[in-house]
Amino acid sequence: MTPDLIYGAAGLAVFGIGLWGAIALQDRMRRLLGLKLCSVGAGFVLIVGAWREPPAAPDPMPHALVITGIVVMLSATAAALALIRRLHDLEDADDRP
Amino acid sequence: MTGPDWLTLSIILPLFGAVAAFILPRAAAGLGLTTVAATTLCVLMMADQVAALGAVTVPLGGWGAPLGIELRADGLSVAMLALTGMVGLLVSVSAIDAFAGDRTARQRQYFWPLWLLLLSGLNGVYLGTDLFNLYVMIEIIALAAVGLTVLGGTREALRAGLDYVYASILGALLFLLGVGLIYLQLGRLDFAGVIAAPPSAAMTAALAVMFVGLALKTALFPLHVWLPAAHANAAAPASALLSGLVVKGALYIVLRLAGYMPALTEDILTLIGLMGAGAVIWGGIQALRAERLKLLVAWSTVAQIGLIFVALARAGERGLSDSWKAAALLILAHGIAKAAMFLAAGRIKDEIGHDRIRDLDRSPIRPTLAQVTFALAAISLIGLPPSLGFIGKWQLMEGAMMAGYWHWVAITMIGTLFSVAYFSRVLAGFLRFDRVRGGPLAEHHGWSGADAAPLILASAAVLLGLAAGPIIAFIDLGAGGAMP
Repeated sequence: MTPDLIYGAAGLAVFGIGLWGAIALQDRMRRLLGLKLCSVGAGFVLIVGAWREPPAAPDPMPHALVITGIVVMLSATAAALALIRRLHDLEDADDRP
Repeated sequence: MTGPDWLTLSIILPLFGAVAAFILPRAAAGLGLTTVAATTLCVLMMADQVAALGAVTVPLGGWGAPLGIELRADGLSVAMLALTGMVGLLVSVSAIDAFAGDRTARQRQYFWPLWLLLLSGLNGVYLGTDLFNLYVMIEIIALAAVGLTVLGGTREALRAGLDYVYASILGALLFLLGVGLIYLQLGRLDFAGVIAAPPSAAMTAALAVMFVGLALKTALFPLHVWLPAAHANAAAPASALLSGLVVKGALYIVLRLAGYMPALTEDILTLIGLMGAGAVIWGGIQALRAERLKLLVAWSTVAQIGLIFVALARAGERGLSDSWKAAALLILAHGIAKAAMFLAAGRIKDEIGHDRIRDLDRSPIRPTLAQVTFALAAISLIGLPPSLGFIGKWQLMEGAMMAGYWHWVAITMIGTLFSVAYFSRVLAGFLRFDRVRGGPLAEHHGWSGADAAPLILASAAVLLGLAAGPIIAFIDLGAGGAMP
């Protein structure tokens, strides 16, 4: 088994776990964490594209893509967290008599 | 190339405008309107270039594909940009009025930066030729669109917005996974490389993952569940942008990629057509059952998106070689008419005070102009001549008939009947106000300057059908041949 195959399969597996979490779970935070896992999995798959047989230098392009992807996901997570928190506050206020 | 770079400008102008509107909230409305107008002017200049040259390509920073990122404008891109510019400008005008009061100061403050950011993302999608770049742009669109959805701040809007976040991020991540799989095989992500790639099972898998992601983002049945609540609970100008423009971003990517994919087999096309047919029927049923006006309009979006996919898959024998034009026309028609309809629905709700369909004819106030606007938009969405929607449906049915796809023609007819039925529920209420108790109709007939922008949009949706010939010729510019 070559490293790229291991990484690729791991990436798809992580994406799958995240996908299951984002779709099947009820809890808002857990669903968001599922999406985070998906982004890690997709990042794995991209990074595999950089791998070359050891003497050759790795392809730098996927690293740039993954870093961009991380930044994008960071902002998306922040937005989702802000929404979850606001919703939580509103629902708390409703519960209070 | 000579002269200013209109392509880059049309992405950068709204981006800087968004930052400026965020920093200077007091001047946000003025800044916003100016930026949208200037961006639309860029698009017009671009249209002039494309009409003369066929297609314009700009390698950003002097770096060409495959390593660099290229922007490319052809007829279809410019048509989408023009749709965005025209709808955007008129929605902006009505947003100034809709967010005028003190009660909406907070909404006014955030509407403009979010909308300009959205404009930048949409223009980026229509000009992008690099898959990863498209991923970044659809995420920008998603974040801005979610912001617009929750602008009202109500609990329903927040809940719908959160579901929208999940669907939208998941859609983008599926797209990203597909991008990763394609990079693994090809080592490049520019359109030219992807199109030239030999068909293979791995390539089909990558494209299928991307398609599911995009279908989730454009709310294709059965991945539409997030859309009705999100579009129905947003403020009227935001709903108009979400339904008229935002779903078109992902739809455009599907159209663009599908047009160049030789690997699309009969089975895949039938599956896409069936998903579209499911949307037409399910969307129609739900629109018939909806109790509120805005929810009905939102479900009609689900049905119309289904119709666009039916057109894409089944409006012509030679696979996608011609059917994309029918789909493109329907996209343009729906964008204009649906934006007008949501604005009109917002105006009706503002004047009457509620949007319960059952009680629309019990109001002492008649928002006549908004009702006319709603009716005109319905004409285009139903597909009555001479509207743009009629031309789109005509293209779809003509293509399907020539290819002998009679059952797909039947599905289009069923969709038309559904739309006549659910819009009649609303229009019937507009026509009779005799159920008002307690005195005659109020003197105030409930129309104001705020009705102008939606009315212009709705009229355009109907009248542009008369200019269908030039429009079809224009979206064909720079297409047909292979990508550079």
